[in-house]
Amino acid sequence: MAAQTPTSPLQSQLISFSVNGRSVDVSVSGTRRLSRVLREDLGLTGTKVGCDAGDCGACTVLLDGQPACACLVGAGQVAGCEVTTVEGLASRSPLQNRLQDSFLAHGAAQCGACTPGMLVSATALLEKNSCPSEQEVMDAIGGVLCRCTGYRKIIRAIQQVNATNQQLSPEAGAAVGARLVRLDGQKKVDGTELFGADEIPEAAGAVRVVRSPHHRARFRFGDLDGFVARHAGISMVLTAQDVPGIDRYGVIPRFADQPVFAHHEARYRGEGVAAIVGETGAVEALDLHDFPVTWEELPAIQTIDQALAGDAEQIHSGRQANILVQGRVVCGNADQALHESDAVVEAEYETGFVEHAYIEPEAGFARRVGDCIEIQACTQSPYMDRADMAKILGIAPEKVRIIPTAVGGGFGSKLDLSVQPFTALAAWKLKHPVRMVYSRTESIMSTTKRHAARMKLRGGANRDGKLTALDFSADFNTGAYSSWGPTVAGRVPVHACGPYRVPNYRALTRAVHTNLVPAGAFRGFGVPQAAIAQEQLYDDLAGKLGMDPLEFRILNALDNDSPTATGQVLGEGVGIRACLEALRPQWQSARAHRAEFNAQTCTPLRRGVGVAGMWYGCGNTSLPNPSTVRIGLKSDGRIALHQGAVDIGQGSNTIVTQICADAVGAPISQFDLVSADTSITPDCGKTSASRQTFVTGKAAYLAGRKLREEILKLAGACQCGAVEFGNECVTVVENGLRKAVDLSSLPLDQHGYVITSEATFDPPITPLDENGQGSPYAVYGFGAHMAEVEVDVELGTVRVLKVTAAHDVGRAINPTLIEGQIEGGVAQGLGMALMEEFFPGKGENLHDYLIPSAGDIPPIESILIEDASPIGPFGAKGIGEQAVIPTAPAILNAIHDAVGVRIHKTPATPDRVRAAILAKANGGTLG
Amino acid sequence: MRGFHLYFRPKNLGDAIAVLNSSGGQILAGGTDFYPALGERLPQGDVVDITAVREIRGISVEEHYFRIGGLTTWTEIVRSPLPRCFDALKAAAREIGSVQIQNRATVGGNLCNASPAADSVPALLVLNAEVELLSTAGARRIPLAQFITGNRKTRKRADEILTAVLVPRQCEDAASAFLKLGARKYLVISISMVAALLESNESGSVSQARVAVGSCSAVAGRLAGLERDLVGRAADPQIGSLVGPQHLATLSPIDDIRATAEYRRDASVTLVRRALQACVGST
Repeated sequence: MAAQTPTSPLQSQLISFSVNGRSVDVSVSGTRRLSRVLREDLGLTGTKVGCDAGDCGACTVLLDGQPACACLVGAGQVAGCEVTTVEGLASRSPLQNRLQDSFLAHGAAQCGACTPGMLVSATALLEKNSCPSEQEVMDAIGGVLCRCTGYRKIIRAIQQVNATNQQLSPEAGAAVGARLVRLDGQKKVDGTELFGADEIPEAAGAVRVVRSPHHRARFRFGDLDGFVARHAGISMVLTAQDVPGIDRYGVIPRFADQPVFAHHEARYRGEGVAAIVGETGAVEALDLHDFPVTWEELPAIQTIDQALAGDAEQIHSGRQANILVQGRVVCGNADQALHESDAVVEAEYETGFVEHAYIEPEAGFARRVGDCIEIQACTQSPYMDRADMAKILGIAPEKVRIIPTAVGGGFGSKLDLSVQPFTALAAWKLKHPVRMVYSRTESIMSTTKRHAARMKLRGGANRDGKLTALDFSADFNTGAYSSWGPTVAGRVPVHACGPYRVPNYRALTRAVHTNLVPAGAFRGFGVPQAAIAQEQLYDDLAGKLGMDPLEFRILNALDNDSPTATGQVLGEGVGIRACLEALRPQWQSARAHRAEFNAQTCTPLRRGVGVAGMWYGCGNTSLPNPSTVRIGLKSDGRIALHQGAVDIGQGSNTIVTQICADAVGAPISQFDLVSADTSITPDCGKTSASRQTFVTGKAAYLAGRKLREEILKLAGACQCGAVEFGNECVTVVENGLRKAVDLSSLPLDQHGYVITSEATFDPPITPLDENGQGSPYAVYGFGAHMAEVEVDVELGTVRVLKVTAAHDVGRAINPTLIEGQIEGGVAQGLGMALMEEFFPGKGENLHDYLIPSAGDIPPIESILIEDASPIGPFGAKGIGEQAVIPTAPAILNAIHDAVGVRIHKTPATPDRVRAAILAKANGGTLG
Repeated sequence: MRGFHLYFRPKNLGDAIAVLNSSGGQILAGGTDFYPALGERLPQGDVVDITAVREIRGISVEEHYFRIGGLTTWTEIVRSPLPRCFDALKAAAREIGSVQIQNRATVGGNLCNASPAADSVPALLVLNAEVELLSTAGARRIPLAQFITGNRKTRKRADEILTAVLVPRQCEDAASAFLKLGARKYLVISISMVAALLESNESGSVSQARVAVGSCSAVAGRLAGLERDLVGRAADPQIGSLVGPQHLATLSPIDDIRATAEYRRDASVTLVRRALQACVGST
């Protein structure tokens, strides 16, 4: 028998230190990362791990009062030290409760994954300086990355720690419109929120995936049994042949093409080929270099051109020319209209892959319970996970229970499976819980990206300033598997004209397979890329006509009665003109200021102001996407709200409750939330497509109204009565008469409630015909952003000075949460415009892949327009994706306004901006 | 061979070099490069954690040198009262990663890690810094300019500890400046960076000039030709206009995901001009 390596090659020793004022002794290797000691040995999971490299700061703790990244500190190095984690802040510092309250009141915590690091960093600052400047706050939190908030609310919460924060508790019927503190907020600021990696079942095993190091490679395994035998604590190696069901999954069943493990040939760098399962310590200690697999690297298709070349190998049989799917929307005659237009502009734009870079890498665990499997993980789409996992395991969907944890940011990527198949297969075979936490590298190399895009367009307008036509075509690099490629290819043609009346329109798209990591859903499904092209083109058209860019957009803005490019007349709630007009005063003063600034000649700095518009359909494109909400009146008089919309930080737990509360006419405090769990909450669909406020909110509204009706019926009252909720009773007040119903004596239904009310809402849409004509969405959100920038012409660096964001949200259910979405969207849009590009195979970490830090985000002013939707709950529309779309083109237009160059490939990194400036100065044609 | 690896945390320098010599282990100091380099692996081999060796922490003033202990953190550099010629080093210290990193990362670690983008190297080069290395075989001193020999390569032997950075006590009152160019504000690896030190005489002309550029070659380097050209020039706001691309010909920048080589050359000329202008009090 082969000699076994010991489970861990590191010798343990007793290390004593103090955590949160308590002395602890741990027996671990002196080099074990403090972050692991805190989380896994001491159970202090409030400290989050985002990168294990000091790049994100999520694991910031205080070491003898000084902030440090716990992932970069060895256990032996803290011997005799005082360590303070987020859990210990409250007892350490009297200001802590105020700081937590301030974070809640300002909406400074969204997903909550960076929040512990932010609170710890802020505490170190505030202990020295109780009244810090904005710059001092930025310096203090500059080492902690946040992907949700755009930092501004965090900065404000820290600066205003001494202000009094009153928690709102609106009366019955007054929840909608209130700046309610998020209902799941407290856990996010005291370190008790449980994310994917935070619950560790007793004696859970671990799984580690062996991934392809090449973009494309054939592989062969050696002696896997021998590998298992040689390593103590390793129980098994799983490969493709261990998948009991259908080994082909995907978010859109018709296009499902992704195996759990590659079969013989890996189609992208990062694709899993095997999984090693065993005791946690043994799996941690593995050095995968001795794993018995041999790779034969094969020529890989990386670019759209390579994929479309006539002699290109087909990545998936049956997908001719490597085209996954094509999209098309055509109305009028674009060619003829362009021919007849007074002004025509042509352009090409390219955008790179963008990484989601949520602070929480994918994590979770699975356990087998008899013939059922339970999977607890961070996910945006529990019921879709259930369907795919049932297929993979070859069992009925009812035998699969998906329990979403709190999600530390998703933005679209956590719609696709990640840890779920690996943990579930391992737990299914092992009959023992198995846990998996992706490393940052694994997360970046293997999970979906925003599609890289190449767009060509021609646009025309007449001397009167009216748009005549747009001819748009785009290819999207969709990577090795389908993921959400079809959605991107389908959504973009509907939106690529922007929120304007364009009578002649042709938009053609293709999603093209390559041997790269799959591109999938990322906040906006391709529309942010299209907006970069179309909004710059419109600026150039306005320029050619000598028109002001804002006035040009106002003139062409879509209105209630004009048809969209798909021939849909919305009739009501088209708020784009109001958004653009809301920017006018600031636009005029900003343009005047920049002209004054640019009149100075002694500086290399030039300022510019740019604008861009946006529209975005809420919900699936011409496909059903129902949500079902169940609410129950309990015999104690409280109301259980089963809402299955996963809150990934955006606030659906709070928004849906606010809507439901006003529909019932009950105070928020009366509600007990039952969150997403496929065994106890009905299907509310996926958290994507800006659909939860609109679709699940509407279902909650309908269920709430129905409950109210049932209560009135129970009391024998007419529908206009007011309902008061008491202890074990409800009282209906009608014409001055009070009718009390004793709930404790009433029988309970199958759900255990006195009354159960359930409602489903599916937005009214129609299919698109062969020209893309129809009503793909029931509701659109509208918006426009204005960016003010300063360009250093000698270095090509761009500093954004301010973003003003006007959004028509129909009805602002919770203005604080909406501002949070806007500010976070602006931050991601700024990143996309200026610094974010993922190069597959390079920089699979958060120091090569840059997302904006606290010092990069300017003041953001949100202007909320409420042009009510006739369909949304209380008139509300979505905001999640809408918020990111106009920022990048507004910034790019502002760069053009400042220095007269167009950046045709984003991001506009300093080298690209400088090259464009030099080309223009040398008489080049880039301008 | 033992079946497992050991972790040592010696309490004094003598023990540290002894255990380093006997174990052949890897040195762990601030951890800010050690842990990222590990990734998902565990340490392969013994580890000698030198952070308990207090003798090589902190800054002292000797007759001919400022002695910066190898374990001195960047936060300590920022907070220490130091003469004007250290302004560039302090500015560089503030740009290293984040506060969290500056609180842990050490001067010695930044040099031994020998990244082409190490923020402190240009600033120490213009201070004519030397490094002191100690092993059981004794101490030796090497000018910093010769210590780092390539990307992640130094002349430090595995059994040596970088005990101190020595900065000669010359031109203490000279003006110095440091400029870093990156694609975001915090936590950013430099595209290019420049440190400059200028000393001028009573008549207002440059008596000594030192300029170094980082991230534009495998090892950060001084611009000797430019330094020569600067001496004798008026130390006034026009000083930057002297700088031309030819002065940066010794650099060998590369294309990488942060920027093109061409851009690095071009932007570095601007940074050098501005750093010199900053030294004469004009930007």
